[in-house]
Amino acid sequence: MTAVKEKEAVKELTVVKDVTCPFCGVTCDDLEVHVDNGKIVEVKNACVLGKDTFLHHLEGLSTPRIDGKPATIDECIEAAADILVKAKYPLIYGLDSTELYAHRKAIELADILGANIDHTSSVCHAPSLQAVQTVGLPSCTVGEVKNRADLVIFWGCNPAEAHPRHPTRYSVTVKGMFTPAGRKDRKVIHVDVRRTPTSRMADAFIQIKPHSDYEVFSTLAALVNGHDLDVPEVGGVPLQEWRDMVELMKEAKFGILYWGMGLTMTRGKYLNIVALLRLCQELNRFTKFLAAPLRGHGNVVGMAQVLTWQTGFPFAVNMSRGYPRFNPGEFSVADLLGRGEIDAAFIIAADAVGNFPAKAAEHLKSIPLIAVDPKESETTKVAKVVIPVAQAAVAAPGVAYRMDHIPLPMKKVVDSPYPSDREVLERLIARVLEKQKDGQGGRGRARG
Amino acid sequence: MSKPFVLITGRSTKQGRTIHLGKEAKEYIEEISTLEMNPADMQALQVKDGDRVRISTKHGSSVVRCKKGTVPPGLLFVAYGHFVNALVGPDTQGTGMPDTKGFQVEVTRDDGG
Amino acid sequence: MTQAIRIKGGRVYDPLNGLDGVVKDLCIQDGKIVEECDGSAEVIDAENLVIFPGGVDVHTHIASPAVNSARALRPEDHRLLCCPRKPGMRSGVGLTVPSTFTTGYLYSRLGYTTVIEAATPPIGTRHTHEELNDVPMVDKGCLLLMGNNEFILGYLKSGEMDKIKRYIAWLLHSLKGFGLKLVNPGGVEQWKYGKDVEGLDDKVNHFDVTPRQIMQAVTWVNEELGLPHSIHIHANRLGVPGNYEVTLETMRALEGKRVHMAHVQFHSYGGDDYVSMTSKAKELTDYINRHPNVTVDVGQVVFGDATTITADGPWQYRLHKLTKNKWYNHDVEVETGSGIVPYTYREKNNVNALQWAIGLETFLLIKDPWRVFLSTDHPNGGPFLYYPWVIKLLMDAEFRSQMLKRVHKHVLTRTLLPKLSREYSLYEIAIITRAGPARALGLRNKGHLGPGADADIAIYAEAKDKEEMFDRAVYVLKDGKIVVRDGEVVQSVPGRTIFADVPADDDLTNELREKFEKYYTVEIGNFPIPLEELPLHQAVPTHQSA
Repeated sequence: MTAVKEKEAVKELTVVKDVTCPFCGVTCDDLEVHVDNGKIVEVKNACVLGKDTFLHHLEGLSTPRIDGKPATIDECIEAAADILVKAKYPLIYGLDSTELYAHRKAIELADILGANIDHTSSVCHAPSLQAVQTVGLPSCTVGEVKNRADLVIFWGCNPAEAHPRHPTRYSVTVKGMFTPAGRKDRKVIHVDVRRTPTSRMADAFIQIKPHSDYEVFSTLAALVNGHDLDVPEVGGVPLQEWRDMVELMKEAKFGILYWGMGLTMTRGKYLNIVALLRLCQELNRFTKFLAAPLRGHGNVVGMAQVLTWQTGFPFAVNMSRGYPRFNPGEFSVADLLGRGEIDAAFIIAADAVGNFPAKAAEHLKSIPLIAVDPKESETTKVAKVVIPVAQAAVAAPGVAYRMDHIPLPMKKVVDSPYPSDREVLERLIARVLEKQKDGQGGRGRARG
Repeated sequence: MSKPFVLITGRSTKQGRTIHLGKEAKEYIEEISTLEMNPADMQALQVKDGDRVRISTKHGSSVVRCKKGTVPPGLLFVAYGHFVNALVGPDTQGTGMPDTKGFQVEVTRDDGG
Repeated sequence: MTQAIRIKGGRVYDPLNGLDGVVKDLCIQDGKIVEECDGSAEVIDAENLVIFPGGVDVHTHIASPAVNSARALRPEDHRLLCCPRKPGMRSGVGLTVPSTFTTGYLYSRLGYTTVIEAATPPIGTRHTHEELNDVPMVDKGCLLLMGNNEFILGYLKSGEMDKIKRYIAWLLHSLKGFGLKLVNPGGVEQWKYGKDVEGLDDKVNHFDVTPRQIMQAVTWVNEELGLPHSIHIHANRLGVPGNYEVTLETMRALEGKRVHMAHVQFHSYGGDDYVSMTSKAKELTDYINRHPNVTVDVGQVVFGDATTITADGPWQYRLHKLTKNKWYNHDVEVETGSGIVPYTYREKNNVNALQWAIGLETFLLIKDPWRVFLSTDHPNGGPFLYYPWVIKLLMDAEFRSQMLKRVHKHVLTRTLLPKLSREYSLYEIAIITRAGPARALGLRNKGHLGPGADADIAIYAEAKDKEEMFDRAVYVLKDGKIVVRDGEVVQSVPGRTIFADVPADDDLTNELREKFEKYYTVEIGNFPIPLEELPLHQAVPTHQSA
């Protein structure tokens, strides 16, 4: 490269500040992305996961195709609309790695089609949502933890690997208004069935037996309420350790318990979390004690928010009667697919085939499948229609939700040759409405 | 020989990083097909680091590579991905959530190559 | 120019223009009321119909982070009301916490065209606007929560009044807020360590300031900025027997200032506990009648299901302990708190019956209808859907006496309700549901039908049963478009987001940067909400900018 050219290249370098990362529910909004000639060359402030989201955004890209043959985006949308209007019991699913406006439009599409709509919460923190519906939730935004928490408990979760900057930005080392010494002002405990990098951040690691969480929470609640138990150990841990933990909890000025999928995905499911939440609610008789799920691959929290405000329910919504109904187990994606009820699926911004139990994935492979994704995945591999899109927060703007329901703007830092999720959905909705008008609907319900 | 274990899945930093290389990427496939096992259990099964083992449930089975881990005896860990999903059953007990963590599996040496 | 409309031969109730049931044609052109329209206008035959300005709700909770959490918390609520999809419209569900589209349709059917979301935490206001963007049919604005903001408390401690003023202006401008709200000032800050305040002169933890100082400071700012609406206050000690003294003290502390006391019913209690609880509506309304600077909305209780949602975290915890119902709490960094508890008001319950009666006493004892507004503090006292039932109670003394026979007997001895025979007229109903709130909000184009007003109009068929009359409008026009016909929404239109026209202060952005880094968890650059995020919007002039 000549000197002159080098100079030009420097000129082309743009630095985008306050960039919001789409990778996890920590939703860091302080990234600095350096773009050189339309290519991302550096990402500052991000964790390794966030950094790679931006730096490798061009790797493994998908291509537009129908039945494996190259097609234009318009042809793909046309084919997708055909599949959807002909379906009797379609599913719309995914929606974690995208933005608010696309969520809106996906729900509108479900409304128009009378479809089922579910998102990745369903196989992640849906049991947490069910537990909250049962008993409520004493919680706060992450800034409260930063400013006040002097006891932080991580239970069945691994922020060190899944939410890397949570500890440094919000919960462990960060200094805040009433925690001026940061890490020194906090006691940190990790409870899990195995040691992880999170255990290394903690003052204490308590290893419990798999499937004993419900029992342990109930034990702690009993101890909090002044009942002693006549057993040597619970969950494989001596009772005295639980007594000590209760003392710590009561002595804290501001305690918080973060939980993860170690509770939602194991036996007992939402009941584990009901027990956890009741414990934390009880503790408020003695001190301030809150709890929060460590949520979010991508913008899954945002999808739950929009689905809730548009339909009343946070996941597993069925529109087949013309209005939203909610019933986990009946309308939740794993069950709908596991029972083989769905006859066409529209998967957007998530890899359903790659993430579902074998039987559910098998069913998806057996029906007309539409995949909207910037990258190839197990789902795009088997989809009848593949529609590539500009990746939200990298090549398309929008809004993302942090795990504590705080919305943040996502920027577009580079261009993409493909339309955004929202544009694809808008064009698809327009085609579906036209086809319904023409009476092409599978159930003859041209209601648009 | 075979032995019942409890299998945990979850995120790992490497899984989170390599997923951006694409789901076909060698690094990603390697990470999601690695089984962490307690050294004592490995000894009992007569497998060593890098050996292939078959993990099975009534819903399916996968062949993965075994690695010494910090998990307690009887517990196994594999990062999220289609290798473990193949083992998970569709029943959610009416909750919508399959048993994705903490289910029983059998582990056998896979000497097929 | 759009097609003109002439509404012909209806009886017009337009209190701001002094029209009390006058038969008069109304002309509409380009979404506005105009003096004259020519013969080509589309005619709506309104003979024998009653014409009101579109309803204006001064205090409701329909969109905010807390409202959405309430929706997610209450699937059991949503089976009580289902609203199927129709062409051009969206489906939805929910009685006490309806989904957004349904909220718009339900308000519209009642004849409402403007609503104020009465509480949004600044950091959650992007959410509030996004939700409001999905509430069709009505114009909407939101009030920013101020009473426990730690930056304000800090400035107050160090006596930096000008900084408070600039900071609040910065928040309003950045977040497109319509007005300022105080909720249990000082008490919610105390709640962050599990406590509350008892009275106006309790010191707030760490900041060494009192509720009285907070209220006076923010009220001063409200006046200095010349905001269209007065300061909007949810006083300390909501729901607690004996709280009327704090309510009186609050009004006295702000004497001479424009003040709106929200859901005053919940703040009018005597007695030492829920057993000895009595009404103090007389004491409060006596004060209000003597002080024209005060407006109130009532927060009327309607029997049946409610969802209590408030930034008053400590009160919600108390309600959870009282009822054992599920409890949601969400404290918000730097700014405020919030809580949610489902609740059912019962006729035979001593406290609930008293609450019901106290609300009605408040309506009936305040002499000037321009200073008392209809609200249920939706959905805290019950859903807005039951406004027509409240109107019937106000207009029909006979119906009240029937109800008095049904409710808990304490109402007969502990309130004045049995002695009150006043009946509201249609003109007065038009004041408390339209003209009055519009005036208090400083919305000059709303709440009346004079030339230049927004053509937001509700047309009802007069009936002896006033609940029936107001339950569904025969016609509703929004910006001159017919959106409801025979009680059904026929056309979905988006509403505008209204906000106070407060100028930018970029210097302050730089001054605040360090504070943001220290105490918030978001970048200050991502905090403001650009106008592009509000597809339809309108700045309302302040007394400064007008």
